[in-house]
Amino acid sequence: MNGFDVFQLLLFVVAVVAITPILGEFMAQVFEGRKTRLHAVLGGLERVTYRVSGIDPNQEMGWKDYSIALLVFNAIGIIFVIAVQMIQASLPLNPGGLPNVSWHSALNTAVSFVTNTNWQGYSGEVTMSYFTQMVALTVQNFLSAATGIAVAVALMRGLARRSSGTIGNFWVDLIRCSVYLLLPLSLIFALILVSQGVVQTFAPAMSVLTMEGASQTIPLGPAASQVAIKMLGTNGGGFFNANAAHPFENPTALSNFLQMVSIFAIGAGLTYTYGTIARARKHGWILFGVMMVLFITLTSLSLVSEYSSNPILGMSALMEGKETRFGVMNSVLFSSVTTSASCGAVNAMHSSLSPLSGGIAMLNMMLGEIVIGGVGAGFYGMMLFVLLTVFISGLMVGRTPEYQGKKVEAREMMLVILAVIAPCATILLGTAIAAIAPAGLAGLASKGPHGFSEILYAFTSAAANNGSAFAGLSANTPFYNLMLSVAMIVGRFAIIVPILAVAGGLAAKKVSPPSSGTFQVDTSIFAALLIAVILIVGALTFLPALSLGPVIEHLMMIRGQAF
Amino acid sequence: MNHSKIALKLFFFFTILLGVAYPLAVTGLAQALFRDPANGSRITVNGKTIGSRLIAQKFEKPGYFWPRPSAIDYQPLPSAGSNLSVASIALQKLVNERRERLIQAHGSQAGEPPQDLLFASASGMDPEISVAATRYQIRRVAEARGIEIAQVEAVVDQVAQPRQWGVFGEPTVNVLELNQRLDQVSTR
Repeated sequence: MNGFDVFQLLLFVVAVVAITPILGEFMAQVFEGRKTRLHAVLGGLERVTYRVSGIDPNQEMGWKDYSIALLVFNAIGIIFVIAVQMIQASLPLNPGGLPNVSWHSALNTAVSFVTNTNWQGYSGEVTMSYFTQMVALTVQNFLSAATGIAVAVALMRGLARRSSGTIGNFWVDLIRCSVYLLLPLSLIFALILVSQGVVQTFAPAMSVLTMEGASQTIPLGPAASQVAIKMLGTNGGGFFNANAAHPFENPTALSNFLQMVSIFAIGAGLTYTYGTIARARKHGWILFGVMMVLFITLTSLSLVSEYSSNPILGMSALMEGKETRFGVMNSVLFSSVTTSASCGAVNAMHSSLSPLSGGIAMLNMMLGEIVIGGVGAGFYGMMLFVLLTVFISGLMVGRTPEYQGKKVEAREMMLVILAVIAPCATILLGTAIAAIAPAGLAGLASKGPHGFSEILYAFTSAAANNGSAFAGLSANTPFYNLMLSVAMIVGRFAIIVPILAVAGGLAAKKVSPPSSGTFQVDTSIFAALLIAVILIVGALTFLPALSLGPVIEHLMMIRGQAF
Repeated sequence: MNHSKIALKLFFFFTILLGVAYPLAVTGLAQALFRDPANGSRITVNGKTIGSRLIAQKFEKPGYFWPRPSAIDYQPLPSAGSNLSVASIALQKLVNERRERLIQAHGSQAGEPPQDLLFASASGMDPEISVAATRYQIRRVAEARGIEIAQVEAVVDQVAQPRQWGVFGEPTVNVLELNQRLDQVSTR
């Protein structure tokens, strides 16, 4: 690491801190139905959307209604994305003449994009037509992001409201999020990306005769419009196989910096939005602070690992699986950002990171994607741990736990625990099955601990709705496509539904005025307790699994033992 | 049920708005404002496209600068890295082979080959190499072309890029641009 590396790291943190209140306040305005400057331009679009779909924006929903609307809408998304892939050969905008996608790959991809995971068993440039990329996948990049944000906002309302039977209107949240937030930001960001070299064209792949006389076919496509939302919406599904390492998706160091900031922007902003909506601004900053402390700590550890010597090769800071324009620091930083934020785009191949850096990428996901996290998902994931912390602290002093003046009772805790355990269990059980099933072992690219890491990473990535991979694993098989589809669905909806139930339950509660015995949640003591709970749950659950993969690989490596 | 009807109508409205209108708008604006990058940053010589400045080509001849190793042999259908573990025997073998080949081509007096020439890129078509990797190859290229080292250095200086905005990323040299400029200066 040199001075430039440190400076870029600081610049990134400063940019995220600066953007948080700006975007956070804007989102609060949008979701509270207040007028923003954009309403003059886009207000018409919002109203047209209501009219076309037959939505009454003033009608409120209870948590069950909200959940059903969300599930129905997402189910339609899954069916549509499967259908488009399976008939793309007969659809327009397929200049490469790509065939229909197999049913299991189509299912996996549909689930993947609807759940905001964007795990990709396929290679974009040789599988998906321009039509499929736009009409099926780009749309889900928007809608899965908007779905996550809607759930977060509904939870915020549940916490802020008193004795209320409703938590908002799913359609209104979804539409406002797409129209005022995601669409304008993506449009501007896409154009900035094109200026840096991201392609945006409907022309077929270009065939050239290289300077040494070989032929080379270079795929093109409407990439920028998808890359912009894939970052802002923490989707992470690449237009091309190499994702954000591909020079047509992430051509310059500047585009790389902006992509990293855009991955964090909305998730970070939501902590401020919460502060505004729940009238607890300091508590919002405390949540942001906890996220940043965890992020900076884990990123630093990852950097230390990557810059440490590799005795097998006799070098450190290896460039394997990294791009020259980014260098080592920006590759490690990106790996940490993308796994913290449930994005899953990669600008370096995680499988070729140093063993412990790869392990930290996994740990970031295993903590539940709450360090900034996926848009919306990071916020409501963090609230699970906040409630857990409040509950444990309450038990320690022997008082009924309260949060935002509301009693946290058995029903809430059961739902919270369900939402915490479901993805953890899915990761461990899925990994265990794949590690003994012949169909699971058939996909391995590596022997020894790295092979185990490939499996563990895949299930972690799927259940955490991240989408990045140790991409040596051949996952485009019926076994992995189905297993990972289940993991993605559990990792998404087994959290969303309990969260909405918690939101509905809390909205209905009365608020008791704070007393001298009320546990303060805007203090550094609370922040420290929250960090402890997060690390204890994450570490205790996954340390044994991590020991079998990255940790053993590291220990073997420092003894000079290759496998 | 009321929800399903709304969901269907909304879904198809959004599909048109976000899946058709939005990408078309970006394409229209991109083609109007940033024509060259939107179409793949092509390098054209005498009216013929010889490649994209963002996509590495394979160079093996001694008179050309060589790009970083590629796990896909520079054929981007699809793009990919090696995904090899840095603790694997497979990578160790590859690196040793690459090092031997580089030392054979440049002589041991050129020093230890720079890292980026030993390791495969993430995309398999990293268009750039480090300044050190460029310096390492200058003598070989000059000798193969039968021109002065200073001439090659002059071309390298034209092509070399500092950190973007003086801050971001790493200093780089674009291999395809460099080789194309070299061909304008001398025959290989």
